Amino acid sequence: MIALSDYLILGALLFSLSVAGIFINRKNIIILLMCIELMLLAVNLNFIAFSHFSGDMAGQVFVFFILTVAAAEAAIGLAILVVLFRNLNTINVADLDELKG
Amino acid sequence: MMFEVINMSFALPEIFMMVMACIILLVVAFIGESSGAASYWLSQFTLVVTSIIVYQSLASAGVTFDGSYIKDALSDVLKLAICIINVVVLLYSASYLRARNLFKGEYYALAIFATLGMLIMVSSSHFLTLYLGLELLSLCLYAMVAMHRDSTMATEAAMKFFILGALASGMLLYGMSIIYGATGSLALASIATAIQTGDLNNTVLSFGLVFLIIGIGFKFGAVPFHMWLPDVYHGAPTAVTLFIATAPKIAAFAMIIRLLVDGLGDLHQHWQGMLIILAVLSMIIGNVVAIAQTNLKRMLAYSTISHVGFLLLGVLSGTSEAYAASMFYVLVYALTTLGAFGMIILMSRQGFEAENIEDYKGLSEHSPWFAFMMLILMFSMAGIPPMVGFYAKLAVIKAVISVDLISVAIIAVLMSVIGAFYYLRLIKVMYFDSPEKQHEIHAPKEMCIMLSSNALLVLALGIFPGSLMAICITVFS
Repeated sequence: MIALSDYLILGALLFSLSVAGIFINRKNIIILLMCIELMLLAVNLNFIAFSHFSGDMAGQVFVFFILTVAAAEAAIGLAILVVLFRNLNTINVADLDELKG
Repeated sequence: MMFEVINMSFALPEIFMMVMACIILLVVAFIGESSGAASYWLSQFTLVVTSIIVYQSLASAGVTFDGSYIKDALSDVLKLAICIINVVVLLYSASYLRARNLFKGEYYALAIFATLGMLIMVSSSHFLTLYLGLELLSLCLYAMVAMHRDSTMATEAAMKFFILGALASGMLLYGMSIIYGATGSLALASIATAIQTGDLNNTVLSFGLVFLIIGIGFKFGAVPFHMWLPDVYHGAPTAVTLFIATAPKIAAFAMIIRLLVDGLGDLHQHWQGMLIILAVLSMIIGNVVAIAQTNLKRMLAYSTISHVGFLLLGVLSGTSEAYAASMFYVLVYALTTLGAFGMIILMSRQGFEAENIEDYKGLSEHSPWFAFMMLILMFSMAGIPPMVGFYAKLAVIKAVISVDLISVAIIAVLMSVIGAFYYLRLIKVMYFDSPEKQHEIHAPKEMCIMLSSNALLVLALGIFPGSLMAICITVFS
Protein backbone atom coordinates (compact mmCIF):
# COMPACT_ATOMS: atom_id res chain seq x y z
CA MET A 1 0.00 0.00 0.00
CA ILE A 2 1.37 3.39 -0.98
CA ALA A 3 0.83 5.93 1.79
CA LEU A 4 -0.20 9.57 1.41
CA SER A 5 3.23 10.70 2.52
CA ASP A 6 4.86 8.89 -0.41
CA TYR A 7 2.79 10.86 -2.89
CA LEU A 8 3.52 14.08 -1.04
CA ILE A 9 7.26 13.41 -1.03
CA LEU A 10 7.18 12.70 -4.76
CA GLY A 11 5.18 15.90 -5.32
CA ALA A 12 7.60 17.92 -3.21
CA LEU A 13 10.58 16.43 -5.09
CA LEU A 14 9.10 17.28 -8.48
CA PHE A 15 8.20 20.75 -7.25
CA SER A 16 11.69 21.48 -5.94
CA LEU A 17 13.19 20.04 -9.11
CA SER A 18 11.14 22.46 -11.21
CA VAL A 19 11.93 25.48 -9.02
CA ALA A 20 15.62 24.56 -9.12
CA GLY A 21 15.31 24.20 -12.88
CA ILE A 22 13.92 27.70 -13.22
CA PHE A 23 16.65 29.28 -11.12
CA ILE A 24 19.67 27.24 -12.18
CA ASN A 25 18.91 27.03 -15.89
CA ARG A 26 20.90 29.65 -17.81
CA LYS A 27 20.67 28.14 -21.26
CA ASN A 28 17.31 27.83 -22.86
CA ILE A 29 13.89 29.40 -22.39
CA ILE A 30 12.10 26.25 -23.56
CA ILE A 31 13.54 24.45 -20.54
CA LEU A 32 12.01 27.18 -18.37
CA LEU A 33 8.61 26.47 -19.93
CA MET A 34 9.09 22.76 -19.27
CA CYS A 35 9.93 23.51 -15.63
CA ILE A 36 6.74 25.54 -15.26
CA GLU A 37 4.69 22.64 -16.62
CA LEU A 38 6.47 20.25 -14.26
CA MET A 39 5.67 22.55 -11.35
CA LEU A 40 1.95 22.55 -12.12
CA LEU A 41 1.98 18.76 -12.51
CA ALA A 42 3.65 18.39 -9.10
CA VAL A 43 0.82 20.47 -7.64
CA ASN A 44 -1.71 18.27 -9.43
CA LEU A 45 -0.16 15.19 -7.87
CA ASN A 46 -0.57 16.78 -4.44
CA PHE A 47 -4.20 17.62 -5.08
CA ILE A 48 -5.06 14.15 -6.34
CA ALA A 49 -3.32 12.45 -3.43
CA PHE A 50 -5.09 14.61 -0.86
CA SER A 51 -8.39 14.20 -2.67
CA HIS A 52 -8.06 10.42 -2.84
CA PHE A 53 -7.08 9.95 0.79
CA SER A 54 -9.72 12.32 2.19
CA GLY A 55 -12.48 11.06 -0.13
CA ASP A 56 -13.32 14.59 -1.27
CA MET A 57 -13.84 15.02 -5.01
CA ALA A 58 -13.25 18.77 -5.12
CA GLY A 59 -9.49 18.36 -5.33
CA GLN A 60 -9.74 16.24 -8.46
CA VAL A 61 -12.02 18.79 -10.10
CA PHE A 62 -9.43 21.45 -9.30
CA VAL A 63 -6.84 19.38 -11.17
CA PHE A 64 -8.89 19.52 -14.38
CA PHE A 65 -8.97 23.29 -14.15
CA ILE A 66 -5.23 23.47 -13.49
CA LEU A 67 -4.55 21.29 -16.54
CA THR A 68 -6.72 23.52 -18.72
CA VAL A 69 -5.10 26.70 -17.46
CA ALA A 70 -1.66 25.13 -17.91
CA ALA A 71 -2.46 24.49 -21.56
CA ALA A 72 -3.52 28.11 -22.06
CA GLU A 73 -0.44 29.26 -20.23
CA ALA A 74 1.85 27.14 -22.41
CA ALA A 75 0.18 28.56 -25.52
CA ILE A 76 0.83 32.13 -24.42
CA GLY A 77 4.34 31.30 -23.27
CA LEU A 78 5.25 29.76 -26.62
CA ALA A 79 3.66 32.68 -28.47
CA ILE A 80 5.81 35.14 -26.52
CA LEU A 81 8.81 32.88 -27.21
CA VAL A 82 8.18 33.04 -30.97
CA VAL A 83 7.92 36.85 -30.89
CA LEU A 84 11.09 37.01 -28.80
CA PHE A 85 12.96 34.78 -31.23
CA ARG A 86 11.91 36.98 -34.15
CA ASN A 87 13.30 40.04 -32.40
CA LEU A 88 16.47 38.62 -30.87
CA ASN A 89 17.27 35.57 -33.03
CA THR A 90 18.10 33.66 -29.87
CA ILE A 91 16.28 31.96 -27.03
CA ASN A 92 19.24 31.96 -24.71
CA VAL A 93 18.29 33.08 -21.21
CA ALA A 94 21.58 34.97 -20.80
CA ASP A 95 20.75 37.16 -23.80
CA LEU A 96 17.70 38.62 -22.09
CA ASP A 97 19.75 41.42 -20.63
CA GLU A 98 18.49 44.64 -22.14
CA LEU A 99 16.42 45.33 -19.02
CA LYS A 100 18.24 45.00 -15.74
CA GLY A 101 15.85 44.19 -12.91
CA MET B 1 -30.19 14.59 -4.64
CA MET B 2 -30.78 18.18 -3.64
CA PHE B 3 -29.67 21.06 -5.76
CA GLU B 4 -29.19 24.49 -4.33
CA VAL B 5 -30.82 27.22 -6.39
CA ILE B 6 -28.06 29.37 -7.77
CA ASN B 7 -28.59 33.07 -7.45
CA MET B 8 -27.25 34.34 -10.75
CA SER B 9 -28.17 37.95 -10.03
CA PHE B 10 -25.23 38.33 -7.65
CA ALA B 11 -22.85 37.66 -10.50
CA LEU B 12 -24.62 39.93 -12.99
CA PRO B 13 -21.64 42.31 -13.43
CA GLU B 14 -19.34 39.41 -14.36
CA ILE B 15 -21.92 37.76 -16.59
CA PHE B 16 -22.52 41.01 -18.45
CA MET B 17 -18.81 41.65 -18.82
CA MET B 18 -18.20 38.09 -20.04
CA VAL B 19 -20.89 38.44 -22.72
CA MET B 20 -19.55 41.81 -23.80
CA ALA B 21 -15.98 40.50 -23.92
CA CYS B 22 -17.11 37.74 -26.28
CA ILE B 23 -18.99 40.29 -28.41
CA ILE B 24 -15.89 42.47 -28.62
CA LEU B 25 -13.87 39.41 -29.64
CA LEU B 26 -16.38 38.67 -32.41
CA VAL B 27 -16.37 42.29 -33.57
CA VAL B 28 -12.58 42.16 -33.75
CA ALA B 29 -12.72 38.93 -35.72
CA PHE B 30 -15.23 40.33 -38.23
CA ILE B 31 -13.89 43.84 -38.77
CA GLY B 32 -10.24 42.86 -38.60
CA GLU B 33 -7.50 45.46 -38.88
CA SER B 34 -9.57 48.60 -38.36
CA SER B 35 -11.54 47.36 -35.36
CA GLY B 36 -9.77 49.71 -32.93
CA ALA B 37 -12.38 52.45 -32.66
CA ALA B 38 -15.39 50.10 -32.51
CA SER B 39 -13.86 47.93 -29.81
CA TYR B 40 -12.65 50.98 -27.90
CA TRP B 41 -16.18 52.36 -27.60
CA LEU B 42 -17.63 48.92 -26.88
CA SER B 43 -15.17 48.40 -24.02
CA GLN B 44 -15.89 51.83 -22.57
CA PHE B 45 -19.60 51.01 -22.78
CA THR B 46 -18.99 47.65 -21.07
CA LEU B 47 -17.04 49.19 -18.21
CA VAL B 48 -19.57 51.97 -17.65
CA VAL B 49 -22.58 49.64 -17.72
CA THR B 50 -20.83 47.15 -15.43
CA SER B 51 -20.15 49.86 -12.88
CA ILE B 52 -23.80 50.94 -13.10
CA ILE B 53 -24.89 47.34 -12.47
CA VAL B 54 -22.58 47.11 -9.46
CA TYR B 55 -23.83 50.45 -8.18
CA GLN B 56 -27.48 49.45 -8.55
CA SER B 57 -27.06 46.31 -6.46
CA LEU B 58 -24.99 47.81 -3.64
CA ALA B 59 -27.48 46.83 -0.94
CA SER B 60 -27.59 43.06 -1.46
CA ALA B 61 -24.99 40.67 -0.12
CA GLY B 62 -24.59 36.93 -0.05
CA VAL B 63 -22.81 33.83 -1.24
CA THR B 64 -23.76 31.88 -4.32
CA PHE B 65 -22.47 29.20 -6.75
CA ASP B 66 -22.08 26.68 -3.93
CA GLY B 67 -20.02 28.97 -1.77
CA SER B 68 -17.51 29.85 -4.45
CA TYR B 69 -18.70 33.37 -5.19
CA ILE B 70 -19.26 36.07 -2.61
CA LYS B 71 -20.90 39.45 -2.96
CA ASP B 72 -20.31 41.78 -0.04
CA ALA B 73 -19.50 45.44 0.58
CA LEU B 74 -15.79 44.83 -0.07
CA SER B 75 -16.39 43.25 -3.46
CA ASP B 76 -18.86 45.97 -4.51
CA VAL B 77 -16.62 48.90 -3.63
CA LEU B 78 -13.53 47.33 -5.18
CA LYS B 79 -15.40 46.36 -8.35
CA LEU B 80 -16.68 49.89 -8.71
CA ALA B 81 -13.16 51.24 -8.26
CA ILE B 82 -11.70 48.76 -10.78
CA CYS B 83 -14.29 49.59 -13.46
CA ILE B 84 -14.00 53.36 -13.05
CA ILE B 85 -10.20 53.26 -13.04
CA ASN B 86 -10.17 51.13 -16.17
CA VAL B 87 -12.48 53.59 -17.96
CA VAL B 88 -9.89 56.30 -17.29
CA VAL B 89 -7.00 53.97 -18.21
CA LEU B 90 -8.53 53.22 -21.61
CA LEU B 91 -9.23 56.91 -22.16
CA TYR B 92 -5.62 57.87 -21.40
CA SER B 93 -4.13 55.13 -23.50
CA ALA B 94 -6.18 55.69 -26.68
CA SER B 95 -4.01 58.48 -28.12
CA TYR B 96 -0.78 56.70 -27.14
CA LEU B 97 -1.88 53.51 -28.85
CA ARG B 98 -3.01 55.39 -31.99
CA ALA B 99 0.38 57.05 -32.34
CA ARG B 100 2.17 53.68 -32.12
CA ASN B 101 -0.06 51.67 -34.40
CA LEU B 102 -1.28 49.59 -31.45
CA PHE B 103 -4.84 50.91 -31.53
CA LYS B 104 -6.28 47.51 -32.36
CA GLY B 105 -9.29 45.54 -31.24
CA GLU B 106 -7.20 42.80 -29.65
CA TYR B 107 -5.88 45.21 -27.07
CA TYR B 108 -9.39 46.05 -25.89
CA ALA B 109 -10.58 42.44 -25.92
CA LEU B 110 -7.62 41.56 -23.69
CA ALA B 111 -8.28 44.56 -21.45
CA ILE B 112 -11.90 43.55 -20.90
CA PHE B 113 -10.99 39.92 -20.22
CA ALA B 114 -8.34 41.10 -17.76
CA THR B 115 -10.93 43.28 -16.02
CA LEU B 116 -13.25 40.28 -15.86
CA GLY B 117 -10.45 38.34 -14.18
CA MET B 118 -10.04 41.12 -11.62
CA LEU B 119 -13.77 41.17 -10.85
CA ILE B 120 -13.76 37.40 -10.34
CA MET B 121 -10.76 37.65 -8.01
CA VAL B 122 -12.48 40.34 -5.98
CA SER B 123 -15.60 38.20 -5.58
CA SER B 124 -14.00 34.83 -4.98
CA SER B 125 -14.57 32.85 -1.81
CA HIS B 126 -13.08 29.59 -3.04
CA PHE B 127 -9.55 28.62 -4.08
CA LEU B 128 -10.78 27.62 -7.53
CA THR B 129 -12.51 30.91 -8.39
CA LEU B 130 -9.57 32.83 -6.99
CA TYR B 131 -7.11 30.86 -9.09
CA LEU B 132 -9.17 31.11 -12.27
CA GLY B 133 -9.69 34.86 -11.84
CA LEU B 134 -5.99 35.36 -11.17
CA GLU B 135 -4.97 33.34 -14.23
CA LEU B 136 -7.46 35.11 -16.49
CA LEU B 137 -5.96 38.40 -15.35
CA SER B 138 -2.32 37.32 -15.64
CA LEU B 139 -2.62 35.60 -19.01
CA CYS B 140 -4.22 38.71 -20.51
CA LEU B 141 -1.51 40.91 -19.01
CA TYR B 142 1.30 38.75 -20.48
CA ALA B 143 -0.25 39.11 -23.91
CA MET B 144 -0.78 42.85 -23.48
CA VAL B 145 2.87 43.43 -22.54
CA ALA B 146 3.89 41.57 -25.70
CA MET B 147 1.47 43.57 -27.89
CA HIS B 148 4.27 45.75 -29.23
CA ARG B 149 5.66 42.90 -31.30
CA ASP B 150 8.61 44.67 -32.90
CA SER B 151 10.00 46.10 -29.69
CA THR B 152 12.79 43.98 -28.23
CA MET B 153 12.29 45.53 -24.85
CA ALA B 154 8.57 44.79 -24.71
CA THR B 155 8.96 41.13 -25.69
CA GLU B 156 11.79 40.66 -23.23
CA ALA B 157 9.65 42.20 -20.51
CA ALA B 158 6.76 39.94 -21.50
CA MET B 159 8.96 36.85 -21.24
CA LYS B 160 10.25 37.81 -17.80
CA PHE B 161 6.75 38.67 -16.65
CA PHE B 162 5.47 35.34 -17.96
CA ILE B 163 8.14 33.17 -16.34
CA LEU B 164 7.94 34.86 -12.94
CA GLY B 165 4.14 35.11 -13.06
CA ALA B 166 3.86 31.40 -13.81
CA LEU B 167 6.32 30.65 -11.02
CA ALA B 168 4.15 32.70 -8.66
CA SER B 169 1.02 30.86 -9.70
CA GLY B 170 2.80 27.57 -9.13
CA MET B 171 3.85 28.63 -5.63
CA LEU B 172 0.34 29.83 -4.84
CA LEU B 173 -1.15 26.54 -6.08
CA TYR B 174 1.31 24.48 -4.06
CA GLY B 175 0.30 26.42 -0.96
CA MET B 176 -3.36 25.90 -1.81
CA SER B 177 -2.82 22.15 -2.19
CA ILE B 178 -1.17 21.92 1.24
CA ILE B 179 -3.94 23.93 2.89
CA TYR B 180 -6.48 21.75 1.10
CA GLY B 181 -4.78 18.69 2.48
CA ALA B 182 -4.69 20.06 6.01
CA THR B 183 -8.28 21.33 6.15
CA GLY B 184 -9.99 19.07 3.61
CA SER B 185 -11.76 21.93 1.89
CA LEU B 186 -11.25 24.42 -0.91
CA ALA B 187 -13.91 26.96 0.12
CA LEU B 188 -12.46 29.77 2.19
CA ALA B 189 -15.38 29.82 4.64
CA SER B 190 -15.06 26.12 5.49
CA ILE B 191 -11.28 26.45 5.70
CA ALA B 192 -11.82 29.19 8.29
CA THR B 193 -14.20 27.01 10.31
CA ALA B 194 -11.90 24.00 10.04
CA ILE B 195 -9.00 26.04 11.42
CA GLN B 196 -11.17 27.53 14.17
CA THR B 197 -12.76 24.33 15.43
CA GLY B 198 -10.51 21.50 14.35
CA ASP B 199 -7.41 20.25 16.01
CA LEU B 200 -5.23 20.73 12.93
CA ASN B 201 -1.52 20.34 12.53
CA ASN B 202 -0.17 23.89 12.69
CA THR B 203 3.15 22.97 11.09
CA VAL B 204 1.42 21.76 7.93
CA LEU B 205 -0.78 24.85 7.83
CA SER B 206 2.12 27.25 8.18
CA PHE B 207 4.07 25.27 5.57
CA GLY B 208 1.22 25.90 3.13
CA LEU B 209 0.94 29.48 4.31
CA VAL B 210 4.56 30.22 3.37
CA PHE B 211 3.87 29.24 -0.24
CA LEU B 212 0.66 31.28 -0.33
CA ILE B 213 2.56 34.34 0.93
CA ILE B 214 5.30 33.82 -1.68
CA GLY B 215 2.64 33.69 -4.38
CA ILE B 216 0.94 36.82 -3.08
CA GLY B 217 4.30 38.57 -2.74
CA PHE B 218 5.10 37.84 -6.40
CA LYS B 219 1.74 39.10 -7.61
CA PHE B 220 2.06 42.28 -5.55
CA GLY B 221 5.72 42.81 -6.34
CA ALA B 222 6.87 42.87 -2.72
CA VAL B 223 10.59 42.50 -1.98
CA PRO B 224 12.21 39.89 -2.28
CA PHE B 225 9.80 38.87 -5.05
CA HIS B 226 9.94 42.16 -6.94
CA MET B 227 12.45 41.38 -9.69
CA TRP B 228 9.90 41.39 -12.50
CA LEU B 229 8.28 44.69 -11.63
CA PRO B 230 10.86 47.30 -12.79
CA ASP B 231 11.59 45.39 -15.99
CA VAL B 232 7.95 45.00 -16.89
CA TYR B 233 7.09 48.61 -16.09
CA HIS B 234 10.05 49.81 -18.11
CA GLY B 235 9.78 47.43 -21.04
CA ALA B 236 6.03 47.44 -21.63
CA PRO B 237 4.41 50.17 -23.73
CA THR B 238 3.42 52.99 -21.34
CA ALA B 239 -0.28 52.38 -21.94
CA VAL B 240 0.12 48.78 -20.78
CA THR B 241 2.25 49.85 -17.82
CA LEU B 242 -0.58 52.19 -16.86
CA PHE B 243 -3.00 49.28 -17.03
CA ILE B 244 -0.79 46.92 -15.01
CA ALA B 245 0.10 49.47 -12.36
CA THR B 246 -3.43 50.51 -11.36
CA ALA B 247 -6.43 48.18 -11.24
CA PRO B 248 -4.60 44.81 -10.82
CA LYS B 249 -3.14 46.12 -7.56
CA ILE B 250 -6.70 46.61 -6.27
CA ALA B 251 -7.48 43.04 -7.27
CA ALA B 252 -4.31 41.85 -5.54
CA PHE B 253 -5.45 43.64 -2.40
CA ALA B 254 -8.76 41.77 -2.61
CA MET B 255 -6.81 38.53 -3.02
CA ILE B 256 -4.74 39.12 0.11
CA ILE B 257 -7.86 39.99 2.13
CA ARG B 258 -9.79 36.98 0.87
CA LEU B 259 -6.97 34.50 1.41
CA LEU B 260 -5.34 35.70 4.60
CA VAL B 261 -8.18 37.43 6.42
CA ASP B 262 -11.32 35.58 5.29
CA GLY B 263 -9.70 32.17 4.91
CA LEU B 264 -6.74 32.02 7.27
CA GLY B 265 -7.68 34.76 9.71
CA ASP B 266 -6.98 32.54 12.70
CA LEU B 267 -3.40 32.05 11.62
CA HIS B 268 -2.84 35.78 12.00
CA GLN B 269 0.14 35.45 14.32
CA HIS B 270 1.79 33.15 11.75
CA TRP B 271 1.40 35.38 8.71
CA GLN B 272 1.97 38.64 10.55
CA GLY B 273 5.68 37.95 10.93
CA MET B 274 6.12 37.04 7.28
CA LEU B 275 4.26 40.15 6.13
CA ILE B 276 6.40 42.35 8.41
CA ILE B 277 9.51 41.06 6.61
CA LEU B 278 7.96 41.69 3.19
CA ALA B 279 6.68 45.15 4.16
CA VAL B 280 9.90 46.39 5.74
CA LEU B 281 12.11 45.08 2.91
CA SER B 282 9.76 46.54 0.29
CA MET B 283 9.80 49.96 1.88
CA ILE B 284 13.59 49.99 2.24
CA ILE B 285 14.61 48.51 -1.14
CA GLY B 286 11.86 50.30 -3.07
CA ASN B 287 12.69 53.75 -1.78
CA VAL B 288 16.46 53.42 -1.75
CA VAL B 289 16.81 51.93 -5.23
CA ALA B 290 14.34 54.44 -6.70
CA ILE B 291 16.83 57.21 -5.91
CA ALA B 292 19.30 55.77 -8.40
CA GLN B 293 16.87 55.64 -11.33
CA THR B 294 17.04 58.04 -14.26
CA ASN B 295 14.12 56.50 -16.09
CA LEU B 296 10.79 57.77 -14.81
CA LYS B 297 8.94 54.50 -15.50
CA ARG B 298 11.56 52.56 -13.54
CA MET B 299 11.46 55.11 -10.77
CA LEU B 300 7.69 54.74 -10.52
CA ALA B 301 8.13 50.96 -10.51
CA TYR B 302 10.38 51.15 -7.46
CA SER B 303 7.99 53.63 -5.91
CA THR B 304 5.23 51.06 -6.48
CA ILE B 305 7.32 48.51 -4.58
CA SER B 306 7.60 50.89 -1.65
CA HIS B 307 3.86 51.63 -1.78
CA VAL B 308 3.21 47.88 -1.63
CA GLY B 309 5.26 47.83 1.56
CA PHE B 310 3.11 50.58 3.08
CA LEU B 311 -0.05 48.83 1.97
CA LEU B 312 1.04 45.60 3.66
CA LEU B 313 1.49 47.51 6.93
CA GLY B 314 -2.28 47.84 7.20
CA VAL B 315 -2.94 44.20 6.35
CA LEU B 316 -0.41 42.84 8.83
CA SER B 317 -1.84 44.86 11.71
CA GLY B 318 -4.91 42.68 11.61
CA THR B 319 -7.65 44.93 12.98
CA SER B 320 -10.65 46.03 10.97
CA GLU B 321 -9.54 49.69 11.08
CA ALA B 322 -6.16 48.59 9.76
CA TYR B 323 -7.74 46.73 6.84
CA ALA B 324 -9.78 49.86 6.11
CA ALA B 325 -6.57 51.92 6.17
CA SER B 326 -4.98 49.46 3.76
CA MET B 327 -7.96 49.64 1.42
CA PHE B 328 -7.82 53.45 1.54
CA TYR B 329 -4.13 53.20 0.68
CA VAL B 330 -4.63 50.94 -2.32
CA LEU B 331 -7.43 53.11 -3.74
CA VAL B 332 -5.35 56.25 -3.29
CA TYR B 333 -2.32 54.52 -4.78
CA ALA B 334 -4.30 53.49 -7.85
CA LEU B 335 -5.67 57.00 -8.33
CA THR B 336 -2.27 58.68 -7.98
CA THR B 337 -0.44 56.18 -10.19
CA LEU B 338 -3.15 56.61 -12.79
CA GLY B 339 -2.34 60.30 -12.92
CA ALA B 340 1.44 59.81 -12.92
CA PHE B 341 1.50 57.37 -15.84
CA GLY B 342 -1.17 59.50 -17.53
CA MET B 343 1.33 62.37 -17.41
CA ILE B 344 3.99 60.23 -19.11
CA ILE B 345 1.48 59.39 -21.85
CA LEU B 346 0.52 63.04 -22.16
CA MET B 347 4.12 64.15 -22.63
CA SER B 348 4.91 61.37 -25.13
CA ARG B 349 4.18 61.71 -28.80
CA GLN B 350 4.82 59.78 -31.97
CA GLY B 351 8.35 58.44 -31.92
CA PHE B 352 9.16 59.97 -28.55
CA GLU B 353 8.69 58.48 -25.10
CA ALA B 354 8.89 61.01 -22.29
CA GLU B 355 10.24 58.39 -19.94
CA ASN B 356 13.50 59.92 -18.75
CA ILE B 357 13.48 62.34 -15.89
CA GLU B 358 15.52 64.86 -17.90
CA ASP B 359 12.73 64.98 -20.50
CA TYR B 360 10.79 66.98 -17.93
CA LYS B 361 13.38 69.75 -17.58
CA GLY B 362 11.71 73.12 -17.48
CA LEU B 363 8.22 71.78 -18.03
CA SER B 364 6.78 74.62 -15.93
CA GLU B 365 7.84 77.22 -18.52
CA HIS B 366 6.03 75.60 -21.41
CA SER B 367 2.96 74.20 -19.74
CA PRO B 368 2.69 75.47 -16.17
CA TRP B 369 -0.69 73.84 -15.71
CA PHE B 370 0.46 70.27 -16.30
CA ALA B 371 3.66 70.86 -14.36
CA PHE B 372 1.40 71.85 -11.47
CA MET B 373 -0.70 68.68 -11.94
CA MET B 374 2.47 66.58 -11.84
CA LEU B 375 3.51 68.46 -8.71
CA ILE B 376 0.23 67.53 -7.00
CA LEU B 377 0.68 63.87 -7.95
CA MET B 378 4.30 63.71 -6.80
CA PHE B 379 3.48 65.47 -3.52
CA SER B 380 0.71 62.95 -2.96
CA MET B 381 3.06 60.00 -3.59
CA ALA B 382 5.64 61.50 -1.26
CA GLY B 383 2.95 61.89 1.40
CA ILE B 384 3.01 65.65 1.83
CA PRO B 385 -0.16 67.27 3.19
CA PRO B 386 -2.70 68.39 2.03
CA MET B 387 -2.51 65.73 -0.71
CA VAL B 388 -4.39 62.51 -0.12
CA GLY B 389 -1.21 60.41 -0.04
CA PHE B 390 -0.43 61.94 3.33
CA TYR B 391 -3.65 60.61 4.88
CA ALA B 392 -3.12 57.21 3.34
CA LYS B 393 0.36 56.94 4.88
CA LEU B 394 -0.88 58.37 8.16
CA ALA B 395 -3.70 55.80 8.35
CA VAL B 396 -1.46 52.76 7.78
CA ILE B 397 1.21 54.02 10.18
CA LYS B 398 -1.47 54.65 12.81
CA ALA B 399 -2.70 51.09 12.26
CA VAL B 400 0.78 49.69 12.90
CA ILE B 401 1.20 51.80 16.03
CA SER B 402 -2.18 50.62 17.35
CA VAL B 403 -0.85 47.05 17.50
CA ASP B 404 2.41 48.14 19.18
CA LEU B 405 4.76 47.54 16.28
CA ILE B 406 6.58 50.80 16.99
CA SER B 407 9.85 49.81 15.28
CA VAL B 408 8.03 49.03 12.03
CA ALA B 409 6.30 52.41 12.22
CA ILE B 410 9.64 54.17 12.70
CA ILE B 411 11.09 52.43 9.64
CA ALA B 412 7.99 53.43 7.65
CA VAL B 413 8.36 57.09 8.59
CA LEU B 414 12.10 57.10 7.84
CA MET B 415 11.51 55.47 4.49
CA SER B 416 8.83 57.92 3.49
CA VAL B 417 11.33 60.71 4.20
CA ILE B 418 13.88 59.02 1.94
CA GLY B 419 11.14 58.49 -0.63
CA ALA B 420 10.33 62.19 -0.66
CA PHE B 421 13.79 62.84 -2.14
CA TYR B 422 13.18 61.34 -5.55
CA TYR B 423 9.68 62.71 -5.90
CA LEU B 424 10.95 66.18 -5.05
CA ARG B 425 13.85 65.75 -7.48
CA LEU B 426 11.36 65.44 -10.33
CA ILE B 427 9.62 68.61 -9.14
CA LYS B 428 12.97 70.41 -8.98
CA VAL B 429 13.74 69.30 -12.54
CA MET B 430 10.36 70.57 -13.73
CA TYR B 431 10.47 73.94 -12.00
CA PHE B 432 14.10 74.99 -11.60
CA ASP B 433 16.01 73.49 -14.53
CA SER B 434 16.12 75.33 -17.82
CA PRO B 435 14.36 73.53 -20.68
CA GLU B 436 16.55 71.79 -23.24
CA LYS B 437 13.86 71.17 -25.81
CA GLN B 438 10.40 72.25 -26.72
CA HIS B 439 7.58 70.46 -24.88
CA GLU B 440 4.65 70.12 -27.20
CA ILE B 441 1.49 68.56 -25.91
CA HIS B 442 -0.60 67.01 -28.64
CA ALA B 443 -3.02 65.10 -26.47
CA PRO B 444 -6.74 65.23 -27.25
CA LYS B 445 -8.86 67.59 -25.21
CA GLU B 446 -10.78 64.91 -23.26
CA MET B 447 -7.52 63.45 -22.01
CA CYS B 448 -6.27 66.84 -20.78
CA ILE B 449 -9.55 67.43 -18.95
CA MET B 450 -9.58 63.94 -17.42
CA LEU B 451 -5.95 64.18 -16.33
CA SER B 452 -6.55 67.56 -14.71
CA SER B 453 -9.59 66.29 -12.85
CA ASN B 454 -7.62 63.19 -11.85
CA ALA B 455 -4.91 65.31 -10.25
CA LEU B 456 -7.39 67.76 -8.74
CA LEU B 457 -9.28 64.81 -7.24
CA VAL B 458 -6.06 63.78 -5.50
CA LEU B 459 -5.93 67.28 -4.02
CA ALA B 460 -9.66 67.38 -3.18
CA LEU B 461 -9.57 63.99 -1.48
CA GLY B 462 -6.60 65.23 0.48
CA ILE B 463 -8.58 68.16 1.81
CA PHE B 464 -11.72 66.07 2.44
CA PRO B 465 -10.51 62.49 3.02
CA GLY B 466 -13.46 61.71 5.28
CA SER B 467 -15.95 60.34 2.77
CA LEU B 468 -13.60 57.81 1.15
CA MET B 469 -12.28 56.77 4.56
CA ALA B 470 -15.85 56.33 5.80
CA ILE B 471 -16.59 54.00 2.87
CA CYS B 472 -13.50 51.91 3.67
CA ILE B 473 -14.43 51.69 7.34
CA THR B 474 -18.02 50.60 6.59
CA VAL B 475 -16.68 47.87 4.32
CA PHE B 476 -14.78 46.25 7.17
CA SER B 477 -17.17 46.90 10.04
